[in-house]
Amino acid sequence: MLKTRTILGLAAALCLGASSAAFAEGDQPHIERNTWSFGGMFGQYDKAQLQRGFQVYREVCASCHSLSRIAFRNLVQPGGPEFPEEAVKALAKEYEVNQPPNDDGEVVKGPAKLSDRFPPLYANDKAARAIHNGALPPDLSVIAKARGLHYDGPWYLHPWSMLKDIVSSYQEGGADYIVGLMHGYKPVPSYKRDDKGRLTPVTETSGAGIEQCVSVTHGEHGQPDTCNQLADGMNYNAAFPGHQIAMINPFAAHSKDAPQVTYQDGTPQTVDQYAKDIAAFLSWASDPTLDQRKQLGWMVIFYLLITTGLLYIAKRKVWSGIAH
Amino acid sequence: MSGHEDTYKPGGPVEKWMDERLPLMRMMHGQFVDFPTPRNLNYLWTFGGILTFCLVAQIVTGVVLAMHYVPSAGAAFDSVQHIKRDVNYGWLIQPLHAVGGSMFFIAVYVHIFRGLYYGSYKAPREVLWILGVFIFLAMMATAFLGYTLPWGQMSFWGVTVITNLFSSLDEVIPGLGTAVVTWLWGGYSVTGATLNRFFSLHYLLPFVICGLVALHIWALHVAGQNNPDGLEVKSKSDTVPMSPYAVMKDMFGLSAFLILFAWFVFYAPDYLGHADNYIEANPLVTPAHIVPEWYFLPFYAILRAIPSKLGGVIAMFAAVGILAFVPWLDWSRVRSAKYRPIFKWFFWLFVIACLALGYLGAKPPEGSYVTWARIFTAYYFVFFLVIMPLVGLLETPSKMPGSITESVLVGEGHKEGGGTAAAGAVPAAPEHR
Repeated sequence: MLKTRTILGLAAALCLGASSAAFAEGDQPHIERNTWSFGGMFGQYDKAQLQRGFQVYREVCASCHSLSRIAFRNLVQPGGPEFPEEAVKALAKEYEVNQPPNDDGEVVKGPAKLSDRFPPLYANDKAARAIHNGALPPDLSVIAKARGLHYDGPWYLHPWSMLKDIVSSYQEGGADYIVGLMHGYKPVPSYKRDDKGRLTPVTETSGAGIEQCVSVTHGEHGQPDTCNQLADGMNYNAAFPGHQIAMINPFAAHSKDAPQVTYQDGTPQTVDQYAKDIAAFLSWASDPTLDQRKQLGWMVIFYLLITTGLLYIAKRKVWSGIAH
Repeated sequence: MSGHEDTYKPGGPVEKWMDERLPLMRMMHGQFVDFPTPRNLNYLWTFGGILTFCLVAQIVTGVVLAMHYVPSAGAAFDSVQHIKRDVNYGWLIQPLHAVGGSMFFIAVYVHIFRGLYYGSYKAPREVLWILGVFIFLAMMATAFLGYTLPWGQMSFWGVTVITNLFSSLDEVIPGLGTAVVTWLWGGYSVTGATLNRFFSLHYLLPFVICGLVALHIWALHVAGQNNPDGLEVKSKSDTVPMSPYAVMKDMFGLSAFLILFAWFVFYAPDYLGHADNYIEANPLVTPAHIVPEWYFLPFYAILRAIPSKLGGVIAMFAAVGILAFVPWLDWSRVRSAKYRPIFKWFFWLFVIACLALGYLGAKPPEGSYVTWARIFTAYYFVFFLVIMPLVGLLETPSKMPGSITESVLVGEGHKEGGGTAAAGAVPAAPEHR
């Protein structure tokens, strides 16, 4: 009975805790979860995948998105893509960064070293917006931690789902979101308006009463529904909150015959693979010590389990002669 | 519990020399070795020790973090990233502190609910309980200030929303609220000046908590521990010395708690936080949903359940403040809910209401969420203001054992004499021990 109560107490506290991870539902799209090499208790990054992901970043994302918290040396360090040091030194030289002031007090640009971070792409946020039609491409250094999935099941299963995520140590919401976003570029959905002004999804894309809406605001008190149309310069994305995103489909130019990124290791060159590789790379960028953390983690847990067991035996021994 | 036997023997000439000048070791020995603890304590009583551990752990990790953290609007977010990426073992120390805050609150909530269930606030432990409420308040303030420091979007907007609550004082005296808010911010909006003073106070308050904890333990050691049966200690056989009995139990409890702690630190370090706080603070972009950390959610739900700003603020603070009056709101003659067949049900309903408020606090304040938040908020206050006094007055306590010793012997299956109903409940004068 007492034990039950203790467990109840802890479980209650856990449930409470987890609800902060909960978000408003509403217009949150459903995004599938993937299996990641770095998920779970013994998960570790897949070096080859991180290397491919970096290639995707370099060849696709880097034209708009900076990676300013990552240093070139990080690409060599254990637990990351672990590129050969010489290759990264050569890569760093391709980037120009501010050098310390010279003897004349001038700050000149020069080739980057291993210790330098990836240089910013824009002078400031306003400069970035000026180039990108008012939109600001976020820096990708911590993006995988800054995004996540939202629970979209029934409320009474929510505590159970939270407990499951804690026990299975689910922390890959950001990576799943990135994959969902890459797959989210689709034609704007079509709706048909009935005589009461209500909009219902249809498969036809043209015809009488067919409208293309990124989202629908339901009219209250018998008012007709409002069809929210795609704004100028925006793109439809099923996974993006609100479904309107300034970023164009980065893999729009991809086709089977002319793959957008050419892998050297024979990995399938598909958008799905690109999406997973870049998501894995960005997960590493935002959490570069995951390998180390999970390796130390199971040792700590193992140690604590043994210690707790021994303490329990000792406690039983101490209390053995005493009714309590 | 002063007056228990003193078994301290100085271990050598140095200790003897010291003992004749400042008997510190004698006091520690008396309070933490000889100190009599009721023999019927269950594992919920290990949370006091766990909380002490949490406080020390937070201070130790916090002091180390402060060596690397930069409390300025331009550098705070980057300095946390720097700690996690470049500082030796920063990737471990940072989540130990961040998760540690959550663990501290899990433990304190278990501790508070335990006190409510077993009537640990009743005479002669009122001051002990009120000190606990002050510690809880100081913890909340510290946690709130600390959550500002990473300077993410939730940090920034959380501070903006919560400090702005004081502007509701404008409804009482026009201009007062605005003046208070400007004073708190150190300017006309949340800026680096706010961050800097919050960092300073975040470093100060834990030491205030230490002081309060010392008083809390002092009050505990004067009144003695309550116990699951809510019976006063009557004879020596009712207690066991703290060492090795309670110490051993506490160590086991702490070790088990550390497994949970380690699980979050190593395998779910971000689970208890919010993804938006990995976006650097931006005064120009408001997050879609501003939610506080999980441990504030029940109070946040109460704040939003009241359809008036000032009313909501008053209700939120009252929800914590009311705890201080619990010793006088409970009119029961019996301490422990174990012997209170009716109160027991209301208590568990109260636990459910708190959990539900926590859940609703994370939801947007719209539709049925608001309705439910109002229902549970109403119950929260009804529990303290109506149920506690009335049930205490009307309920017939179930049959209680005559003493702690008797209760554990019955528990062990050695039926030795029957208990007398309600006997031994809050005796007027505890006899000589």
